[in-house]
Amino acid sequence: MSAEQGASLSLTPRRRWLSRLLDSDIAFSFWQSKLTVFAAAVALVIVLGAMLAPWIAPQNPFDLKTLCLLNSHVPPAWQKGGDLHFLLGTDDQGRDVLSTILYGSRLSLAIGIMSVAFAAVLGITLGLIAGYAGGSVDALIMRAADVQLTFPAILIALLIDGTAHALFGQYRDESATIWVLVLSVGLSFWVQYARTVRGLTFVERNKDYVLAARLIGIRPGLILVRHILPNVIGPVLVIVTINLALAIILEATLSFLGVGLSPTQPSLGTMIRIGNNFLFAGEWWIAIFPGITLAALALSVNLLGDWLRDALNPKLR
Amino acid sequence: MLAFIIRRMVQALLVMIVVALIAFTLFRFVGDPVNQMVGIETSAQERELLRQQLGLNDPVVVQFIHFIWSAVHFDFGASYQFKQPVIDLIADRFPATMELSVVSALFSLVFGIPMGVYAALHRNSWLSRFFLTVSLVGISLPTFLTGILLIFLFAVSLHWLPSFGRGDVVALGFWTTGLLTKSGLKALVLPGITLGLFQLALIMRLVRSEMIEVLRTDYIKFARARGLPDRIVYFGHALKNTLVPVMTIAGLQLGSIIAFAIITETVFQWPGMGLLFLKAVQNADIPIMSAYLLLVAFIFVTINLIVDLLYAAVDPRIRIDLRQA
Repeated sequence: MSAEQGASLSLTPRRRWLSRLLDSDIAFSFWQSKLTVFAAAVALVIVLGAMLAPWIAPQNPFDLKTLCLLNSHVPPAWQKGGDLHFLLGTDDQGRDVLSTILYGSRLSLAIGIMSVAFAAVLGITLGLIAGYAGGSVDALIMRAADVQLTFPAILIALLIDGTAHALFGQYRDESATIWVLVLSVGLSFWVQYARTVRGLTFVERNKDYVLAARLIGIRPGLILVRHILPNVIGPVLVIVTINLALAIILEATLSFLGVGLSPTQPSLGTMIRIGNNFLFAGEWWIAIFPGITLAALALSVNLLGDWLRDALNPKLR
Repeated sequence: MLAFIIRRMVQALLVMIVVALIAFTLFRFVGDPVNQMVGIETSAQERELLRQQLGLNDPVVVQFIHFIWSAVHFDFGASYQFKQPVIDLIADRFPATMELSVVSALFSLVFGIPMGVYAALHRNSWLSRFFLTVSLVGISLPTFLTGILLIFLFAVSLHWLPSFGRGDVVALGFWTTGLLTKSGLKALVLPGITLGLFQLALIMRLVRSEMIEVLRTDYIKFARARGLPDRIVYFGHALKNTLVPVMTIAGLQLGSIIAFAIITETVFQWPGMGLLFLKAVQNADIPIMSAYLLLVAFIFVTINLIVDLLYAAVDPRIRIDLRQA
């Protein structure tokens, strides 16, 4: 009996949570828009493919042992000279394009998510501090944000990357490249979070619950994290989604420009860079398939972001 | 108004000083200028002598002032890879970038504004929906991918247009232009579209949403009530007020077009400043990087300033706010 009771007890809140989610306005507006559902499906396919890459990819493109130069420049399977083993063809080093896309989206997504997380944490922290402290701290942080906002993200990312190049030389190891990318993409996006969070914190800090918390002597750090943060996080989520698409594009752009990941560790951008060299030789598949994947990923994340912005905007409901 | 102008000028100056500080830090502390200038066989004494001559042993503040002083006189030192004065390298490539940027800005305005107006006036027609979908694709597609797709379609498959370079250029004094030759114009088409597509999408969406807002206001209702024909209401009253914020964004976008030109120039091997900057980033050529940073910052800040002032000049509501403030 006790076991049964335990099971039903643990089930009930979970079911409630699920049914609450399914009945909510947001879920309703999600299923209402066919385009959003489609975008979510596309994004899901790409994310699943990226996550399951080691199990579903026909080949491991990072493992040099499995590569054979004899298999290089094979066109897609349906074209003349194609090979069913390489459904979307191979690149100049005999890497299967499909497998490289799966592993490449894995890297692109990982770097995108990490840099957005980095930008969000940095921006939210600075925004909370600026909004709560006010005065000269606020002025300092916001002027820095203004200066940075004058420049497009791509320029800032390139500068950071170039500086890292100069500081650490050309012989950086592979994992360091990833962190430099995360740093440069992340640092070029923090301003938006800081501005949004600062504005909201400004409003929140004079509300009664904050005053009450201050009166009973809670430390400012704790007030910010436990009381103000949950109340300002909503709009931040929208920025996160839209930024994710931007971050993935920015990483791909940097890799395409040759300042991102090295050819042995291909992200989608690196693959397009490699494929671009063979475009004139008629070997379009090396650049075009990763390009389509990248565009589909960015477009679907953008669509989801658009939908989320409208769904969370009370004015439009 | 005068106080506003002065305040904005001071702000612009402040931004420039901060950027100069960053450029100076890059120039002075990232990589050793002396090591880049001399060979391995140079002795320690000679190096020290060179340091003394270059003023690298002076206090940092003095060096910074010296740096700004030279920058104001367009002296950014010599490039590590080309062994030439940076300013000559940039001056050579400046016209190419400016021509490309201005052409794509015009392209995005000429097509973006009418498309946005149409999408606002006929909100539910299939053409508006088509425009909106295209604009979303235009925003999501990375610039370099647009470029590659265009090259693949029009240069590789159809052989209609060249895929790289500027074509023949004509020198007009210090300025070289590709606008006067046939091959120059043909070479401009693909890069211009690539660079302008994102801005076109942005401007179209902005014009559409602004126009929809404006059409809801009372003065439009009043104009209609007066029995004015649609044409005058739309283009005489609504469009005029729509274009004020569009002007601001378009001005700011010109700055980011110049920065995004880095990508387009790389895809099309366009011999401009962006390509030079990218090569500098790849080779850690700090003098070019810091000079480019200063130059782009200067262009941005100037555009920002002009846009702000124009804004106040065009929109009477802002002038009144300023007077009260």
